[in-house]
Amino acid sequence: MSQVPSNLRYTKDHEWARDNGDGTLTVGITDHAQEALGDLVFVEVPETGRMVAAGEACAVVESVKAASDIYSPLAGTVAAVNTTLADAPEKINEDPYDQGWIFTLTPADPAGYAGLMDADAYARFLEDA
Amino acid sequence: MDLHTPLFVEHLSLGARMVPFGGWEMPLHYGSQIEEHLAVRARAGMFDVSHMRAVDVGGVGARGFLRRLLANDVARLREPGKALYSCMLNPAGGVLDDLIVYFLGADGYRVVVNAATTDKDLAWMQSQADETLHLRPRRDLAMIAVQGPAARELAARHLPGNLGEAALALKPFYATRGDIAGEADWFVARTGYTGEDGFEILLPGDQAPTLWRALVTDGVMPCGLGARDTLRLEAGMNLYGQDMDETTSPLDCGLGWTVAWEPVERDFIGRAALTARRASGDLSPFVGLLLTGRGVLRGHQPVLVHGQIAGMVTSGGFGPTLGRSIGLARLHPGTVLEAGEDCAVEIRGKPVAARRFNPPFVRQGAVRIDLD
Repeated sequence: MSQVPSNLRYTKDHEWARDNGDGTLTVGITDHAQEALGDLVFVEVPETGRMVAAGEACAVVESVKAASDIYSPLAGTVAAVNTTLADAPEKINEDPYDQGWIFTLTPADPAGYAGLMDADAYARFLEDA
Repeated sequence: MDLHTPLFVEHLSLGARMVPFGGWEMPLHYGSQIEEHLAVRARAGMFDVSHMRAVDVGGVGARGFLRRLLANDVARLREPGKALYSCMLNPAGGVLDDLIVYFLGADGYRVVVNAATTDKDLAWMQSQADETLHLRPRRDLAMIAVQGPAARELAARHLPGNLGEAALALKPFYATRGDIAGEADWFVARTGYTGEDGFEILLPGDQAPTLWRALVTDGVMPCGLGARDTLRLEAGMNLYGQDMDETTSPLDCGLGWTVAWEPVERDFIGRAALTARRASGDLSPFVGLLLTGRGVLRGHQPVLVHGQIAGMVTSGGFGPTLGRSIGLARLHPGTVLEAGEDCAVEIRGKPVAARRFNPPFVRQGAVRIDLD
């Protein structure tokens, strides 16, 4: 059973978001997603300063199996990216909720965060899938 | 409903991620595909390849039948146990399947074909056979490939009777069988699909779980189809259905070396079409690529030479031994791209730098190309 931390919010595309309390969100992919993808071998992060729409493909992770788009959970501006993933994409497999973060986002509408799935809703979503 | 091999329960108990493949439910990996790959390069791993089918070909006409059916020539097999890699072609010269054929002496031959093509292959073989020929698909047998530098030694311990000793004495591309009652259906070949030394062991399906568990206990790492694919890719071996199919001739997928043109009077199926194709000089170069830029090569990506689309990646992926992405590609006829020369591959709409190499990329644990 994959981990679904209770302090995060989630999307149906298996991204997680964490409210950093400073007007930014950190975004990554869930434990379920990394497990389904298999060993990750390449990550393409977005450029900082890029404006993204909610649900827009803005990063790519490639596993031994296939390439997958990562979608922005909310509209906003990319504030920072995890450059260490270039040389160590396996961090996403090993620690998807911390070391394996992909980018941070300054959401256009901070209230949008509350509209994402909470841990209980995401866990139910995984069970139904 | 996908079929299960005799090792299905073993895979589940090892926590394998199971996927459909060629009509079978097979393990993709047991946790980490990369660790499985590296275990085969460093020591020993094993694969359940029971979805592939052995077909015994017997009868007085067996030799003549196979000399007509296959593009390589079984007349090259003079010693019992010797193996030969060949394509089976349609009359248009397209590859119906690639296979290994073993000479069994007085008992005829054993052919091992791909899983997804088994039914098609059997129907084709039947349609080409006369009533004196016996075709016997061995659905009673399981097949375990044990591969890696320590694989032969580790596997030989668990073979019945004196089969272990006989197996260790095998030269590459030879096979041997059990010679007493109770082990007559054990068949060990020094062949594989990883670029490493090792055995492919055929045995009665009901005995396969015992051998599998003994090998697990000895530290042989169970490996799934994922590692099998990256290992064969690093070894520069073609995958049927990806690198070639019924519309591809062996001359256009790097398998020209498997076509036995001599003797000229041997009229194998597809010969006329291949002869015309060869005479046209219009052949597709089939090459290995190393991605020097960032990303991962995948099948169907366009290859760019001097900025123009000049071919297509047929299989690609990440090579764990190399730590880099590699692929095989078919170029348009007449394309000039020398070994060591730079080109590009279009990934998500953008050209990414690549370089041509002659496979294999890795063989017997050693990197064979210049990564700098």
